[in-house]
Amino acid sequence: MRFMNVVVCVKQIPDPAAPARLDPSTWTLEREGKLILDESDSYGVEMGLQLADQAGGGEVTLVSMAPRNETSGLRTALAMGAARAILVSDPVLGGSDALGTAKVLAAAIRRAEPDLVVAATESTDGYTGTLPVQLAELLGFPSVTFVKKVTVGDGKVHVERQTEAGFDEVETPLPAVITVTAGVVEPRYPSFKGIMAAKGKPVDQLTVADLGLPEGSVGAAGARQEVVSVEPAESRKAGEIIVDEGDAHTRIVAYLEQLKVI
Amino acid sequence: MALNTIWVVADRAGAKLAPTAFEMVTKARELASTVEVVTWGDAGSVAADAGRYGAAAVHTVGDLGAGLAGPVAAAAMAAQIAAGNAPDAVFVAQSYDGRDIAGRLSARIDRPVLTNVVGVEARDGALVTEHAIFGGAEILNARFTAQGPGIYVIRAKSFAPEESGGGPAAVDTWDVPDLGATGAASVIATHVQETEGPKLDEAAIVVSGGRGLGNADSYKLVEDLAKLLKGAAGASRAIVDAGWVPYSYQVGQTGKTVKPTVYIAVGISGATQHMVGMKSSKNIIAINKDQEAPIFSIADLGVVGDAHKVLPKLIEALRQRV
Repeated sequence: MRFMNVVVCVKQIPDPAAPARLDPSTWTLEREGKLILDESDSYGVEMGLQLADQAGGGEVTLVSMAPRNETSGLRTALAMGAARAILVSDPVLGGSDALGTAKVLAAAIRRAEPDLVVAATESTDGYTGTLPVQLAELLGFPSVTFVKKVTVGDGKVHVERQTEAGFDEVETPLPAVITVTAGVVEPRYPSFKGIMAAKGKPVDQLTVADLGLPEGSVGAAGARQEVVSVEPAESRKAGEIIVDEGDAHTRIVAYLEQLKVI
Repeated sequence: MALNTIWVVADRAGAKLAPTAFEMVTKARELASTVEVVTWGDAGSVAADAGRYGAAAVHTVGDLGAGLAGPVAAAAMAAQIAAGNAPDAVFVAQSYDGRDIAGRLSARIDRPVLTNVVGVEARDGALVTEHAIFGGAEILNARFTAQGPGIYVIRAKSFAPEESGGGPAAVDTWDVPDLGATGAASVIATHVQETEGPKLDEAAIVVSGGRGLGNADSYKLVEDLAKLLKGAAGASRAIVDAGWVPYSYQVGQTGKTVKPTVYIAVGISGATQHMVGMKSSKNIIAINKDQEAPIFSIADLGVVGDAHKVLPKLIEALRQRV
């Protein structure tokens, strides 16, 4: 088997367990604190590592765009076993939309000359779910989204793609972009050895100028969309709360009867 | 009318158009004088349905063969736009194929996308979108700021479909330019996984399970209850991530939006990620051990208790009735 070069797109996001806030002046998500690896991306990293193994030789290169040269999420993925990372960080990228981010990542990914690009179906914080396909179009690659099983061989990827009715088996030549759904593989925990090794792995830090992207095509200027307003939604009131004393099921049955659904 | 033309990209549900197509066409005809459907496969058989909801035309990009809808539909639309036949807006469903189409089209015509749209209205001759953020606690309004067709990716069930009484839509076939490598993925087999009962996003009753079930085997309680109630079984993201059930079961921000008559949340704490996908249900029942769980703040009937105790008794009680 030949050497397989897998690029995994990873996003470093604010801790989803912490309350999220919009910056009231820009209406963009506040990303001031420490950023962590989006859990959705840990499946892609694991998948990339397994595919490189399956191919009989290969490496995973991480590609990420983040503010303030943030690398803590990348270190987590490097500790899992990725070989290196490319990080694009530039103040002009604040306020980027999905297409702008795709342009940045596409430029960075071209440098890595991948056989396969793996991404999550969507990020946990932005969840637009369009970036990987925008990326595929910019790179001129085929793409298969919502993948739940992957095998690689003979210069082709064979996948199972989630559909409304079940799943499709799809085959695509390399290079290609795939997006994996959560839960498809069990992401490994970084070992102590992995964590120590990650500290010495190369992280190539690039700016927009390094990528040769035209000014105004990325970042807030390239986003061409704006938030008009943010308002509290109509809230739903809590109803009756009972504590189960062994007869809660009778209350549920009575409630369902009252709604005439049984 | 605020706009001249809106294209509604319609997913297929077998030979028919998917329900989301009629939701979007209904909304689009409020906003534009002409609504045209873009789809694939046979157009003649769906012309009457599309027309009845107010579409003037159905453009098909032809039989997909083994190809995926994303690159084919996007390339055909981009070619029409390049030839000067641009709409003011393109509505796409937030679905498996819809997101592929929107992403490909966006990069091809270099236009941004607004996703997870749950409402659209015209203000000063342009469209303003509505997005539910932070689990639906806040509503964000947004708009495009540049010229050219805007791409709007719209969540299912955002609009109620209403017939307009229109006659059959005109039908034509759009050329698909050479896709090069972008069209190289091919479907080699299709597997239909028969699920008993209604589909998750169409069911009148949805029973969803979460991490509070403790283990994957306990999910069977959720399935049994859903089956007894002739409903569909759903899941929180936590147990999908854990691999207990497939992604297609997921209800929430990343997943399906459901608006059933009754939603029963079992062992689901109510992370914002989940709430945004189910808080518009007409009636909500929540069963959770933790009385501080956020799900109780939106439940009409909240049961503080152990799902392993409550569910078997509930299932037994319902079995006795049939």
